[in-house]
Amino acid sequence: MHSYANPLRLGRILDAVYPWALAGVVVLAPVGLWMSLVVAPPDYQQGDAARIMYVHVPAAWMALFVYVVIATGSAAALIWRHPMADITARAAAPLGAAFTGLALVTGSIWGKPMWGTWWVWDARLTSVLILFFLYLGYIALHDAFDDPERGARAAAILALVGVVNLPIIKFSVDWWNTLHQPASILRIGGPTVHPSMLWPLLTMALVFKLYFVCVLILRVRLLLAERRLASLATERS
Amino acid sequence: MLRAAVALLERDLRLARRRFGENLLVVGFFTLALALFPLGVGASPDVLGRIGAGVIWVLALLAVLLGLDRLFQPDLEGGGLEQMLLSPAPLELLVLARCLAHWLGTGLLLALASPLLAILVHLPAEALWALPLTLLLGTPTLTLLGSIGAALLAGSGKGALLAALLVLPLDIPVLIFGLSAAEALIAGLDATGALLFMGAFLLAALALAPLATAAALRLALG
Repeated sequence: MHSYANPLRLGRILDAVYPWALAGVVVLAPVGLWMSLVVAPPDYQQGDAARIMYVHVPAAWMALFVYVVIATGSAAALIWRHPMADITARAAAPLGAAFTGLALVTGSIWGKPMWGTWWVWDARLTSVLILFFLYLGYIALHDAFDDPERGARAAAILALVGVVNLPIIKFSVDWWNTLHQPASILRIGGPTVHPSMLWPLLTMALVFKLYFVCVLILRVRLLLAERRLASLATERS
Repeated sequence: MLRAAVALLERDLRLARRRFGENLLVVGFFTLALALFPLGVGASPDVLGRIGAGVIWVLALLAVLLGLDRLFQPDLEGGGLEQMLLSPAPLELLVLARCLAHWLGTGLLLALASPLLAILVHLPAEALWALPLTLLLGTPTLTLLGSIGAALLAGSGKGALLAALLVLPLDIPVLIFGLSAAEALIAGLDATGALLFMGAFLLAALALAPLATAAALRLALG
């Protein structure tokens, strides 16, 4: 693990992974969209409006997944002072905020025709909104200090504190009665979604994940280059 | 080890006693901000009675948030924090003592002042004990959660806005359960569940928040 603390070695791995992830997105995104917009049957109650699920659900999954990535990276950065773990966490944060924002917006658009309202203050929506602000707080705290090292470690502590929110989001639909439907994929007794809808959903989830990997790699490279630039500038002065 | 924490607590309380006026500022904010609501939403008793408990809880939350800059900043400037760090007692314990002292000067006063505010917004008589009770159980959690944000930002020169962004998301569960307990008690319903949740939050914050706060303070002092 510590061998990956070398930016050059990490860069080589990223360069090797990037084309595959990009190819995955380019090939699978049209397939996933075609499956979810054309092949999948319309919902027996909601009709075609339910197709927003194929964007909403993967975005919401990614919102949680990216936070796990940030929290894991933050823990590694705090425990082993692993510089690349912090850079990965930092690179992932705006992506996580974007996925969370996307989940909130698509959920809102879906909620208007189905629930009759753009927004309800129930447990699931509120806890995801909290997640969104945790992302923003993490990003803001990272940039709040003149010393980047200090900002990185402060943000890492905040990221670990915010982990308490994750189980609340996951189980909020089971613990409280809400308008939001309960879990239907990862549940005891198997998924309640019909395969004709499950496969498009899983394909879209894979597309979202690969897209995340692509942009994450680009952002890690950017942050590495920025760091190198800063150290060159200090060397020269 | 415990002696150091008790000594710190005594010192903080002595300071708080001598600068009692500063603590009253928090209560002053609490009352004055409440006075804005009848002016803002209209003074009709049924509107105020319906939103009163929620407004008082939100304002208490904000008052705790506003008081946070006094938690570590004076000691950071005066060098007291270095002494806390160097002392053989664990920093986590000292953080706990500091939070307790700070809570006695903010959260406790807010809870004691809340019946007066309840009268001002025409809440029923049950609110006179329901609000202080829930605030007594909730504000220590708010102080402990806030201490994390205050420690993370100590010495950054960043203002209360960033602290609010960091701390408010964590405060929301306390607000939800505190308010649902208060409203159940006011309506004469069973509030055991919400009160137990608040107790659980307090215990979890007592156990875990000092760890994060102490880690952040060590970071602030390099």
